[in-house]
Amino acid sequence: MITVLGLFTLTFLVIAALATVQSRNLFVASMWFCIFSLMMAANFLILDAADVALTEAAVGAGVSTVLFMGALSLTAEHEHVRERSGWLPALVLGLLFAVLFAASFEQPRLGDPLAPVHQHVAPFYLSETPRLIDIPNVVTAILASFRGYDTLGEVLVVFTAGIGVLSVLSFSPKKNQQLSGEGVAERVRGVQHHAILRVAGKLIIPLLMLFALVVQFHGEYSPGGGFSAGALFAAAVMLYGILEGADRSAKAMPQDWMLRLAALGAMLYIGVGIVCMMLGGNFLDYSVLSSKPVAGQQLGILLVEFGVGLTVSTVLIMIFNAIANRSTY
Amino acid sequence: MSINSLGLYNYWIYGFVLVIGLYAVLVKGNYVKRMIGLSIFQGAAFLLYITMDKIEGGTGPIFVTPPQPGDLFANPLPQVLILTAIVVGIAVTALGLAITIRIKEEYGTIEESEIREVDRQA
Repeated sequence: MITVLGLFTLTFLVIAALATVQSRNLFVASMWFCIFSLMMAANFLILDAADVALTEAAVGAGVSTVLFMGALSLTAEHEHVRERSGWLPALVLGLLFAVLFAASFEQPRLGDPLAPVHQHVAPFYLSETPRLIDIPNVVTAILASFRGYDTLGEVLVVFTAGIGVLSVLSFSPKKNQQLSGEGVAERVRGVQHHAILRVAGKLIIPLLMLFALVVQFHGEYSPGGGFSAGALFAAAVMLYGILEGADRSAKAMPQDWMLRLAALGAMLYIGVGIVCMMLGGNFLDYSVLSSKPVAGQQLGILLVEFGVGLTVSTVLIMIFNAIANRSTY
Repeated sequence: MSINSLGLYNYWIYGFVLVIGLYAVLVKGNYVKRMIGLSIFQGAAFLLYITMDKIEGGTGPIFVTPPQPGDLFANPLPQVLILTAIVVGIAVTALGLAITIRIKEEYGTIEESEIREVDRQA
């Protein structure tokens, strides 16, 4: 059964990727990309990666589709047919696939317990997590504690990208130029004219926010954590913006506050690390935060994950507000 | 039949999706299409990493009951790497889309050939 499911999701992944690249209508392409991401998330679940599946479903299928649609409404609906033939890239890529295909025969079979990847650090993380950190979700333990430096770097990358989007979109368009994108002529506030979508959508928003909070604060015990929770919370705000108009979502979540909260999330992460140093430990060594090292680790992970969730959600909301409220005059 | 019988199929799909994404990045002249292609390319890399974490007869790396010796769990390390990479990926995509919007505002088009035309006339 699981084999059939694996075969189905993987094969459909290729079909969705091909359809994405083939379709000339860019809205259709972004919907195909949404399906691609959903198939990817389903396949991650089959491969026992529940945390990643949750994040991919929220980010790939949810947030990225909204951002692509937002960008398309400001640019163009159709891709122009390109005259120049792509035979040279096609040849090179064909060779690349041949190399990857040949190299795959050197790979261990799927699920092989003797594969090199399962021999080195993974057994350490799996055996030491109950002793050192004592939380059930090993992914969260590695993310926030064992490899806390990496995660700090990723959070700063997300924060930087948010600032980048804001600064790129802070220029106002040339006054003499009219945007010619489709649907620009009249500014409709969200999908206000669709009663069913609005009523059904509004029922989802509070549940989605509640789910985001569960994923955030229960991430030590079940799949989840700051990254997926942040994406889910941002998705709830984006849904509100789509239903009621982006000007209202920007009013509910003002840009300057989002920026401050994003910085606060990153500062919380760094601050926990500095407090650890002041208490005599190493940077991001949470064991010194409490009299019992295990309790210190758990407290540190909770705080750091909150910082991650805060930064990710506010940066994504900020990006959505900036793109969706772009003046289209 | 277990998941093991998929054998190397995951790796072949990884290679094919990677090539499809790269094709869109190299050949397509539309900048939004290129960003979508980049996301597909990225998805292929995610698939490669998550394929490696699977272990036959194991479960996800979450201890529902205290782990006993001999219990098998999927490798949590690739999952951590990809979990963070997904969120960084969307941040990068958003930055690319913001730049695309600015290009549209300045040039009136997001097709590379037409932008070259505008530059030549200027």
